[in-house]
Amino acid sequence: MIEREVTIKNRAGLHTRPAATLVKLAAQFKSDFFINKDGFEINGKSIIGVMTLAAEQGAEMILRFSGEDENDAMAAVVELFERGFDEQ
Amino acid sequence: MRKVMSDQPRQANEILLKGIPAAPGIAIGPSLIFHKTLPIVEERLLQPSEVEAELDRLRQAVARSKKELQKIFRFAEEKLGDEEGKIFEAQLLILEDSVLFDTIFLRIRTELRNAGYIVYDEIEKYHRLMASSRDEYTRERALDVEDLRNRILRNLQEEKLVSKLQTSAIVVSHVLAAADTLILSRNDILGYLTEVGGVTSHTALLARALKIPAVVGVRHVVSMVKEGTPVIIDGYGGNVIIHPSEETLRFYQEKKRKHKEFEDRLADLRDLPAETPDGRQIELVANVELVEELEFVHVQGADGIGLYRSETLLLGKEVFPTEDEQADHYALLADSMFPKMIVIRTFDIGGDKMMAHPVRESNPFLGWRGIRVMLDKTNVFMDQLRAILRASSRKNVKIMFPMVSNIKELREARRYLEEAKRDLVEANIPFDEKIKVGVMIEVPAAAVITEDLAKEVDFLSIGTNDLIQYLLAVDRSNDIVSSLYQEFHPAVVRFLRRIIERGKKEGVTVGMCGEMAGDPLATVLLLGLGLDEFSVVPMMLPEIKKIIRSTKYRDARRVAKHVLSLQTEDEVKSYLLAWMKKRFPDIPQGEGS
Repeated sequence: MIEREVTIKNRAGLHTRPAATLVKLAAQFKSDFFINKDGFEINGKSIIGVMTLAAEQGAEMILRFSGEDENDAMAAVVELFERGFDEQ
Repeated sequence: MRKVMSDQPRQANEILLKGIPAAPGIAIGPSLIFHKTLPIVEERLLQPSEVEAELDRLRQAVARSKKELQKIFRFAEEKLGDEEGKIFEAQLLILEDSVLFDTIFLRIRTELRNAGYIVYDEIEKYHRLMASSRDEYTRERALDVEDLRNRILRNLQEEKLVSKLQTSAIVVSHVLAAADTLILSRNDILGYLTEVGGVTSHTALLARALKIPAVVGVRHVVSMVKEGTPVIIDGYGGNVIIHPSEETLRFYQEKKRKHKEFEDRLADLRDLPAETPDGRQIELVANVELVEELEFVHVQGADGIGLYRSETLLLGKEVFPTEDEQADHYALLADSMFPKMIVIRTFDIGGDKMMAHPVRESNPFLGWRGIRVMLDKTNVFMDQLRAILRASSRKNVKIMFPMVSNIKELREARRYLEEAKRDLVEANIPFDEKIKVGVMIEVPAAAVITEDLAKEVDFLSIGTNDLIQYLLAVDRSNDIVSSLYQEFHPAVVRFLRRIIERGKKEGVTVGMCGEMAGDPLATVLLLGLGLDEFSVVPMMLPEIKKIIRSTKYRDARRVAKHVLSLQTEDEVKSYLLAWMKKRFPDIPQGEGS
């Protein structure tokens, strides 16, 4: 199990569109993926869960991966956060 | 303007209610109560042998829900365009959430409980969290989640949506989800009447696009009607009458007929200028929220757009639109009106308007709104200023700042505008270097320093809705005091005179874009006070034009002078009503905008 702390950079935060992008990306990996924000944890492969986080710009959260491809999964997801979900 | 018509006949058993006029028109007909009550969910234990059949039932319910939503989604796109259609996207995405549904299926298997109970219980967890979020956007999505959950539950119970209505009816409901509003519109719907919602709610937006009269925000109305109870809704003034008497019914049938007739006749006025018989030229322009209104603005013969509420661009959006998106949109507006002028007001968010920020304020009307927000969110402001400038290359765009309360804000806003101009010069993008700049006068402090503001702008526009609220210390959405919201209060009239006089003395154009500008009862008074420009809802353009074209400026000045000497709102109103009745017996009185 590996984890990494990230900050939401894009203006919309984890609203519908970015949440969908995140969930789709996470689904490409076998590893389990959980997001912990303010002590509240949801499954990062679930769009309804990610929407529930109501994570706005500047919010901090811990991403947790566990599984055979956890390193690749984390690298890909962290990069998506870094890119601000490709929001213009 | 919500006000009781003084000449409207009434009887004891009819009920008159006030709501927010959300889409224009008058609808008369039986009510159809649309229940948004929660489906009844029973908890039932399953025999292990029943599990597979139960899971199958759920799979079918999910498939049916998906089909329904896709149908709605396509219908919305077709009726309203891609952008508006997107409000249904979240629900479809959740239906495809395999984590959510795997959990639900697993729970049915292991807990041996019925699908309805587990679906309710599992989705409710998320719904509760979203509904209590401090993020406005997330709270709105909670409504989507609730709607989706109910949709699945309904399909589990194999109930059909109320689809084909037997008779044409007025839909009465606590709240209408966007999907309901649309679905129902496929039937013979005469009007929408809801307990919650505002002018910017999905229901209001869709009703206007569908051209179906709507009144929203009528509290407790559902408990006051039964299936089939006769109802009248007046989407011009926000009046709702339950159990109308014969007399009231005739009054509204007549009003509806008159409106139609009057509108037909007024069409002849379209290409004539808004000029008094003794030669005073008035700019008669339109308030616009949606691009869809532009055609109507042309049909109604506006001299331009006096107020484009740019914040409507944010409706249903997750982020502020980019500079490019905005520039395209503003250019579309400017081009469609060219060579007529359009005034774009920078985002006026906060107060009762949609919030683009998660801040909760104890008194939003006295809080972070209008120019205050933009001067803090300078990136957003700069994007918008550059976008407006880019649309100005044909020199028919003006820019206006809302909620200015001191001169420092105006100067600061202008400084950003200059910066935006420099950006465009550097990027070699053409724009109107002499773009005209104006401010809204809607805070009493701005009204008091009118002369100072006027020295530094090209035009002023009086926003009466807020100005009156602030001046009279009345929140007009507060039922307890809303009757104290008086647009003909002598203090308002005298204040307006002061603003108009001081502004004109400095040589700037003084206009008005609040609801009062579109109230036919106020037209002669405002004309007499010297107002240069009336910016009104497109609906009211011909009527206001007719009054201006039939009233000598000299007579209007006399009316204004007399009104300024009166001491109560009642005196002002009855004087104006009597004056109007004598000269314009055929103008439907009292609907305002």
